[in-house]
Amino acid sequence: MNQIEPSVVVQNLTKRFGDFVAVDSVSFEARHGEIFGFLGPNGSGKSTTIRILCGLLRLSSGRATVAGIDVARNPEAVRQHIGYMSQKFSLYNDLRVAENLEFFAGMYSVPKNEIPARIAWALKMAGLEGRDQNPTSSLAVGWKQRLALRCAVLHRPPIIFLDEPTSGVDPVSRRQFWDLIHSMVGEGVTVFVTTHYMDEAEYCNRLVMLDRGRIVAMGTPTELKSQHMKGQLLMIECEPLGPALELLQTAPEVLDAAVFGNGIHAVVADAPAMAPKIRELLSARHLGLGRIQQIAPSLEDVFVSLTAARGVSAEVAA
Amino acid sequence: MSWTRIIAMTRKEVLQIVRDPRSLLIILVIPLVQLFIFGYAVNLDVKHVPLCIYDRDGTQTSQDFLKHFQATDYFNIVRVSDSYSDIVRNIDHAVCSVAVVVPPQFAENLQSSGHASLQAILDASDSNSASIGIGYAQAIVQSYSSEIQIAWQQERGLGAGVPSVTFEPRTWFNEDLESMANLVPGVVALVMAVVGAFLTSLTIAREWERGTMEQLISTPVGKLEIQIGKLFPYFVIGIADTAICAGTAVWWFGVPFRGSWIVLFGCSMLFLLVVLSLGYYISVTARSQLGACQMALLATFLPTFLLSGFIFPIDQMPIVVQWITAILPARYYVSILRNVFLKGTEVRLLAGDIFVLAAIAVALVALATRSFQKRLG
Repeated sequence: MNQIEPSVVVQNLTKRFGDFVAVDSVSFEARHGEIFGFLGPNGSGKSTTIRILCGLLRLSSGRATVAGIDVARNPEAVRQHIGYMSQKFSLYNDLRVAENLEFFAGMYSVPKNEIPARIAWALKMAGLEGRDQNPTSSLAVGWKQRLALRCAVLHRPPIIFLDEPTSGVDPVSRRQFWDLIHSMVGEGVTVFVTTHYMDEAEYCNRLVMLDRGRIVAMGTPTELKSQHMKGQLLMIECEPLGPALELLQTAPEVLDAAVFGNGIHAVVADAPAMAPKIRELLSARHLGLGRIQQIAPSLEDVFVSLTAARGVSAEVAA
Repeated sequence: MSWTRIIAMTRKEVLQIVRDPRSLLIILVIPLVQLFIFGYAVNLDVKHVPLCIYDRDGTQTSQDFLKHFQATDYFNIVRVSDSYSDIVRNIDHAVCSVAVVVPPQFAENLQSSGHASLQAILDASDSNSASIGIGYAQAIVQSYSSEIQIAWQQERGLGAGVPSVTFEPRTWFNEDLESMANLVPGVVALVMAVVGAFLTSLTIAREWERGTMEQLISTPVGKLEIQIGKLFPYFVIGIADTAICAGTAVWWFGVPFRGSWIVLFGCSMLFLLVVLSLGYYISVTARSQLGACQMALLATFLPTFLLSGFIFPIDQMPIVVQWITAILPARYYVSILRNVFLKGTEVRLLAGDIFVLAAIAVALVALATRSFQKRLG
């Protein structure tokens, strides 16, 4: 395969379910050997996009090619080049660990003489050595996810699609899962992953932020954080949060405010100048106040800021 | 088409069948239970009708006559009564369903006028058994009366060869009118319909329900490979169940087998294709295991039981129902099996039935293949 050509090219991809537009004219390119992230809340069109790219759903309009193959015209050919892991755990619980691997090795037509070595490797990578005869149903969720991932890549596909691979998995297992993804990227694989965990999005080389079927931003995590914030970020510790948030959202100098953990993140034009003003504003209302300091924005801040702006403009438009 | 993928699919299905006690139960227990229910419990033969006798004559002749009831399998003399009230009591308590009363002067009347009457009392609350019972009783009286007629003629030196026209029905193929012999073909069809369609109705629906289908259709496996790989184990199970049913029928119940085993298994394979494809189609359409298995039972068990001619003869059905049976594969299969078991009919005489069955099989295989799409929603 041509290494310069992008792995996944999507142009004006649209998917309608009746009147509902799940994916609205989305365009992007994923390059070889990168982790390409799709970030967005539930219902933003992440899973629909990934399913179209895997040939599981028909697109309504637009064009999508995976590994240079048109998905709409030749979904079967696409399936030879991809590994897919669906959101829901989708291995056979009534089979043993090794039997699941053997089954998918068969489905992907892995050459017979290579099957034992690939299964051994998959078991090693998933951390399931010596547990190959265990019933799959007996594995904890984190192990199941790693096994599912290794099942989906037994045929060594150049592109892997992972649909919310870590939902419902504990933080330690999530970390281990991402180590596994990084090791595969090291083998030259393109990973296309959807998530709604902002911390996971930081692991991606490039990201698309999706909201209600539309792309709201695209770039590396660093680019997104530096280019898509309208101002600087202040972290305000205060109590109670409700009235304070209301106050800040109505204050004209505050561009945007949202609750993060036990504080409020406020977007302002000039953070050092605004900090004392906000302290004053909140004290006047007798709200318990802790630290106020300028911080670097996280992806979550970027996302909240972008989608909030869009929500307002949508309301104005309506 | 890749054999590796088909074999991998078959292997997975076999593992799932073996690990699911319910399917094992259906595969092994249902055929035998059905066969034994129809073999023993549902006995459509009327034999050993419980009989009460009341001899009011008490002569050598009357005793001689009543011995004829003893000599046959059709009646069981359960009680010798000594009064009408005793007969009433016995019928009321269902001790007997038929009572035969020899009136006084039976021997005397016979001797003097050559004519005597008998009384039979029947419990007709089960009218079918009662009419069969009276039929047997009449036949016994008939044979007794011709016996004494001949004896009477011989005594008077009129010779033995007095021509008297008698009707002697001769039943072919199932000489003893044993209902078991007639039922077995239907039981085989019933077992295969239930086992075949019921089990396969779960295979696709289960994958949708558990979410494994989404993973499966993201692989390069072809839809024909899925269909063949999934149905093959059930095909083998169906053949094994046919062998179990036919073997038990022939060697345990003594049902005659006069045709060719090749025709039996050949046609069974055709019928299996029909029921497996039907089950597969239902499974693809229903997408839920519960809905699919209910639909499969409705589509196979009931028509096979009621409309295939298995229990109720097709030519006795209302004409519209007869038309409906024309598209029922079980009807042709039951008809072929009856011919193979009881008549040993040559293949060329069965060609019509086999052809229709094959045509239905092809149509259903095509329908099943078309119905499945490797797509969500």
